[in-house]
Amino acid sequence: MTLIADPPTHAWALHPGILEIDPDAEADRITHALRRALASPLRRRGYVVAMSGGVDSSVCAALCVRAVGASKVFGLMLPERDSASTSLTRAKKMAEQLGIEYAVEDIAPTLEALGCYRRRDDAMRAVFPEYTAEWKSKIAIRGGREGTFNYFVLVVQPPGGALREARLPARQYLEIVAATNFKQRVRKTVEYYHADRLNYATTGTPNRLEYDQGFFVKNGDGAADVKPIAHLYKTQVYALGRMLGIPREILEATPSTDTYSLQQGQDEFYFALKHNEMDVALWAYNHGVAAGELAAYLGMTPDQARFVYKDIEAKRVATRYLHEPPVLVEKVFAT
Amino acid sequence: MEQIESKVRQFLRENFFVDDSEELQEDMSFMQTHLIDSTGFVELIAFVEESFGIEVRDEEMLPENLDSIASLKRYVTRKLNGRVSA
Repeated sequence: MTLIADPPTHAWALHPGILEIDPDAEADRITHALRRALASPLRRRGYVVAMSGGVDSSVCAALCVRAVGASKVFGLMLPERDSASTSLTRAKKMAEQLGIEYAVEDIAPTLEALGCYRRRDDAMRAVFPEYTAEWKSKIAIRGGREGTFNYFVLVVQPPGGALREARLPARQYLEIVAATNFKQRVRKTVEYYHADRLNYATTGTPNRLEYDQGFFVKNGDGAADVKPIAHLYKTQVYALGRMLGIPREILEATPSTDTYSLQQGQDEFYFALKHNEMDVALWAYNHGVAAGELAAYLGMTPDQARFVYKDIEAKRVATRYLHEPPVLVEKVFAT
Repeated sequence: MEQIESKVRQFLRENFFVDDSEELQEDMSFMQTHLIDSTGFVELIAFVEESFGIEVRDEEMLPENLDSIASLKRYVTRKLNGRVSA
């Protein structure tokens, strides 16, 4: 076991240009990689992109089109009961703008059959006995920034009523997460159906924050044949999006998990900061910028900056297994 | 105090698969050594509440109460004696 320390410090200075990229050159680099990947190692004829209506999947779809042409990209919209209707509208608009073939498949009946909603609601009722399927809900994270440990709360809202929240016990927290993870895993199952049918490859659409910090479901949205923007900070994804002509409503939409019936921002569920600040913090961490300098740049206290660094490191450790292939007792292939 | 420590060590051994003799020093920070992550802390809270019949309040979820065997011993003892300050 190793103790956390501030990352080694270098002469890097934070300034507004640290995340600047040449969007056109970057798009060329990615599209080149996407074309090569199809030839080898994927040996497939095009790409399936699950489109959520958010900026990451929209940029990935546009990059795939730029790489192999609209006729070789298949878009998928996979809404379920808790998806915001605006997500589907935005995703369709993106697909139509790109001129790609797409399909909308409502995965709610599959999730219903798997017991996704029932299992989740049973766990929620253990915390709020009067909870019914008509109530809205989400999980949020508390603590951490205030010096306490992170813990999870269930936030519910009865029809026409006020928000209520309660700390989630371990069993109910894990049950709710396990049940909602059906959503990402069913989506990926449908994606692979279409990929196999078309002899295409699947795309994963995490940005660097999500990929680095493990904000994905293993064998769900984390499963993919190629992840075109996993190396890009969210700020850089937006820069690509602007260059690629992504519709304004997609670029201006607040990043959301779109997994719970109450609006859930990524920063209130997973990340310690808003994505633009989180980008700077992760860049600073990766470049060995001292916590004090990050604090001054983002207008926080040095203790808060140290917490952000510790949180980055802790999430890497906690989610490392999400990236790992299965553990083998001995090597099977020589190379 | 010894019974509390024994239960905590057993919980850590059985749930986090650590070698008691080598890795579970009394004042070792669970968080800084990455022994326990955020889900692990949720499980630790459940263990403390169920095993010792106490309620861990939100404002008590502090490193000085929960982040090592030593701090857990002090915290649980204070709670059982009916006095804990957040």
